Amino acid sequence: MGQNRTATTRLALGTGIALVAALGLAGCGGAKVGESGGDAASGECGTFNLAINPWVGYKANAAVIAHVAETELGCTVNKKDLKEEIAWQGFGSGEVDAIVENWGHADLKKKYIEEQQTAVEAGSTGVDGEIGWYVPPWMVEKYPDITDWKNLNKYSDLFRTSESGGKGQLLDGDPSFVTNDEALVRNLDLDYKVVYGGSETALIQGFRQAQERQKPFLGYFYSPHWLLQDIELAKVQLPPHTEGCDEDAQKVACDYPEYDLDKIVSKKFADAGGPAYRLVQNFEWTNEDQNVVAGYIAEDKMSPEAAAKKWVEENQDKVKAWLPGE
Amino acid sequence: MAVLDAARSTVGAAARHPRRGLIVLGILACWLVLWLFSRGMHTLALGPAQLTGLHEWLNEVRDSIGANRNSNPLFLYFFNEIRLVIDEFVTFVQSLFARPAYGSPIPVLGWLGVVAVAGYVSYAVANLRIALLAVGGLAFLGLQGLWQESMDTLALTTAAVLIALLFAIPIGIAAGLSDRFHRLITPVLDFMQTMPPFVYLAPLTLFFLIGPASATIATLIYAAPPTIRLTAHGVRSVPRPMVEASESLGATRRQTLTKVLLPAAKRTIVLGINQTIMAALAMVTVAALIDAPGLGKTVVSALGTLEVGQAFNGGLAIVVLAIVLDRVTTAASGRAERARLATRGLAARLRPAALLGGGIAAAVAVWFSRTYVWAAEFPDEVSIGDDIALAVANATDWVKENLVTVTNGIKNGVTEALINPLQALLVQSPWWLVAAVLLAIAMVLGDLRAVLVSIVCIALLIGSGLWQNSMITLAATLVATTIVVLLGLVIGVWMGRSTRADRIIRPLLDAGQTMPPFVYLVPFLALFAASRFTAIAAAVVYAAPVTIKIIADGIRGVPATTVEAATATGASTWQTITKVQLPMARGAVTLATNQGLIYVLSMVVVGGLVGAGALGFDVVAGFSQGQLFGKGLAAGVAIVLLGVMLDRISQAAANRSGRVTT
Repeated sequence: MGQNRTATTRLALGTGIALVAALGLAGCGGAKVGESGGDAASGECGTFNLAINPWVGYKANAAVIAHVAETELGCTVNKKDLKEEIAWQGFGSGEVDAIVENWGHADLKKKYIEEQQTAVEAGSTGVDGEIGWYVPPWMVEKYPDITDWKNLNKYSDLFRTSESGGKGQLLDGDPSFVTNDEALVRNLDLDYKVVYGGSETALIQGFRQAQERQKPFLGYFYSPHWLLQDIELAKVQLPPHTEGCDEDAQKVACDYPEYDLDKIVSKKFADAGGPAYRLVQNFEWTNEDQNVVAGYIAEDKMSPEAAAKKWVEENQDKVKAWLPGE
Repeated sequence: MAVLDAARSTVGAAARHPRRGLIVLGILACWLVLWLFSRGMHTLALGPAQLTGLHEWLNEVRDSIGANRNSNPLFLYFFNEIRLVIDEFVTFVQSLFARPAYGSPIPVLGWLGVVAVAGYVSYAVANLRIALLAVGGLAFLGLQGLWQESMDTLALTTAAVLIALLFAIPIGIAAGLSDRFHRLITPVLDFMQTMPPFVYLAPLTLFFLIGPASATIATLIYAAPPTIRLTAHGVRSVPRPMVEASESLGATRRQTLTKVLLPAAKRTIVLGINQTIMAALAMVTVAALIDAPGLGKTVVSALGTLEVGQAFNGGLAIVVLAIVLDRVTTAASGRAERARLATRGLAARLRPAALLGGGIAAAVAVWFSRTYVWAAEFPDEVSIGDDIALAVANATDWVKENLVTVTNGIKNGVTEALINPLQALLVQSPWWLVAAVLLAIAMVLGDLRAVLVSIVCIALLIGSGLWQNSMITLAATLVATTIVVLLGLVIGVWMGRSTRADRIIRPLLDAGQTMPPFVYLVPFLALFAASRFTAIAAAVVYAAPVTIKIIADGIRGVPATTVEAATATGASTWQTITKVQLPMARGAVTLATNQGLIYVLSMVVVGGLVGAGALGFDVVAGFSQGQLFGKGLAAGVAIVLLGVMLDRISQAAANRSGRVTT
């Protein structure tokens, strides 16, 4: 027994020492943990909770704002991946300070800005949003008059699919986007059926394949969007939008309005008036600017951080204008 | 001879009851005739933006909770406290290996420390093979360039599973001891497992705010039921004589529980824990939608730019994590018994030494991981993640370009021949006709209880305001479940009869079950466009593995002597399968069908993302748009109701035919 125990111990020590030696050799030298300099000073800015809604244009806005807040103002930026509705919910509890690309959402504005008073508007982002019906570019070349809604019925046979029940298919996307399409089809007497794709992915994949394989395709889409740099989708002209023509959701027979994409912040964040708030308030750029950054992310596969850094370095003058005055 | 008799009587039983089938055919024929005359009447249609009073009322409830949450004592002293405790606990687990902690720029354990501890623990609870698997698997996650994300996922999963076990095991024991409690809790568990997580994500953030607590609770709602069910099952299956013997020896209830019931049920309980871990990992991508950190975010954000390769890389990491956790827990559950059986031999004698030596090595590795940067942060120079992503992207491109004509043909064929006619029948029939047919089938195939459950479910479906959408979803669900069961029968029988086939196919099934559906949505959209068929295909990929596994298990469980007896009487392979093996594995086939159905239903929401519309779309819309919250909630309940109804009818049918056979 005793001999057995000694053998065991010796073997154990041997294994241990061998492993220690191996690891020691491998680890000889090398930087030690905590040696390199500390974090950037958080300064007067403190933490800044930024909602990240799940589309690339939004990510471009957010990445640039976060980059400037971190490097110029010394803020600690917490990015939170959230859908719109939940991000608005976060204003009241202090989990979210800012949403930096808001598409309309009159109902949310009414609820959180007017009724619960937990949010306030923080001005335009300078980006114009356009919602509508689009066809791939090859179709416009072949059927030049297809971009007028009055001619859509003439072509409805082309757009038939297994899902559209003998009519033409109009594909709709993510349910969080504003849509009047069902009412539009009815009120404009179009021989089409709205099919709900259910996600932006379904739309992008649909348009991509339609262009690559020259297949007919009609779908809901919007600009600015990184895909438009890749494929120049053509917008179908619907009856022009006039003030109030979309008031009754059942009777809509006109195009979508142009959206002035704006920023919404939590009331607490605005009242405190810190540097991060002033940066969000001052932030304003153009559709082209956003497309450049979105293109870096979606087409060139850069991380949002790297994309933002690149753009900021190339556009110092624009960034200077956003910085809060001393 | 007895074996031969058994074989012969099963063969006979299968062919003995054609009458009930005829009645069902008659019901279906009547339905068709009535459908011709009543098409389009009373279909209870509701447009996508339309709401019923119920939906609006649910919205108001939600709004009043949101508006009063800062003043309501229920929040201040109850929900907020729960949130604080869970947040603290998750932060603690994260600080161990996922997040910088205690003033240091790294977690308590750096990557080398995590790998070493995981390897050592795996060796201690299992064996060297499993330990190597754990070490290799974790190192692979680092090589994929996803170390940080994987550890975030592991931390959240660990926290959710530990909290789930804290409640699930006692509840499971209670359900095992009391029949009444068991009956009470079963529908609750059904509800937890079939209610789509999209429905409760938004309300959870309302109660527990955005943050780790909400993500953890969302995960544990879905993940806890398997442990509860299997614990109860384990306690129930302890042989009565064992319990009686212990009681007659004067043991108290407590002693009987801790000394007899729990040790005997241990294996089943560990299997439950294992299933809970798998379920928790399945929630990773969904929880990412409310800012849960980890691999889910990688997958979801790659989906936004259609980067199939990147999404696959993230998905693969989840699969690897699942396989490591699965094999370690499975081996741990078997270890105790095997250790008792094999205490002799060289391996056993060396084990104490190896444990001691390994412990020292692990401790040294931990020290390194806390001291040197190379051992603390996974070096990113050796990443193979981009190569994996590129290879997968190229492969999918090739498949897309070369197969799309074929896949389009399949899609159109199945849609025309199966989905459209079935949907036309279900959706265009008046509601009372569909209800009558369902009840008649429940009556003929099942029993009175199935009829009563069906009446309640149908009434609630009508009350939900979503009858028509429920019928569209029902049509797709029936098609998907049929395909799943056919696959289960073909591949399951093949695997059950051939160990070699089993060994090759099983890893593919594991991947199908754990690979997040979000990963294959993009390629499927390319192959089948946004359509109901795409949703069905996604559901089949997810649901077929469990059905196949259960059927294979059932076939393997048929006694070899019975099969031999059948072969000896001159039965061909086909006859052996259809007349002996399948009838004798009837219990397994029924269970496989039920599970296939439940798994198909749990994919309804994913189907909503790729063109299936109906209930799945309503649920997603309710998650995305404030005004549609109530409707989404109602749609979630409708999915549960469909599940309960189909499950109870098919179970009653199986019980009834089972009783006739024996």
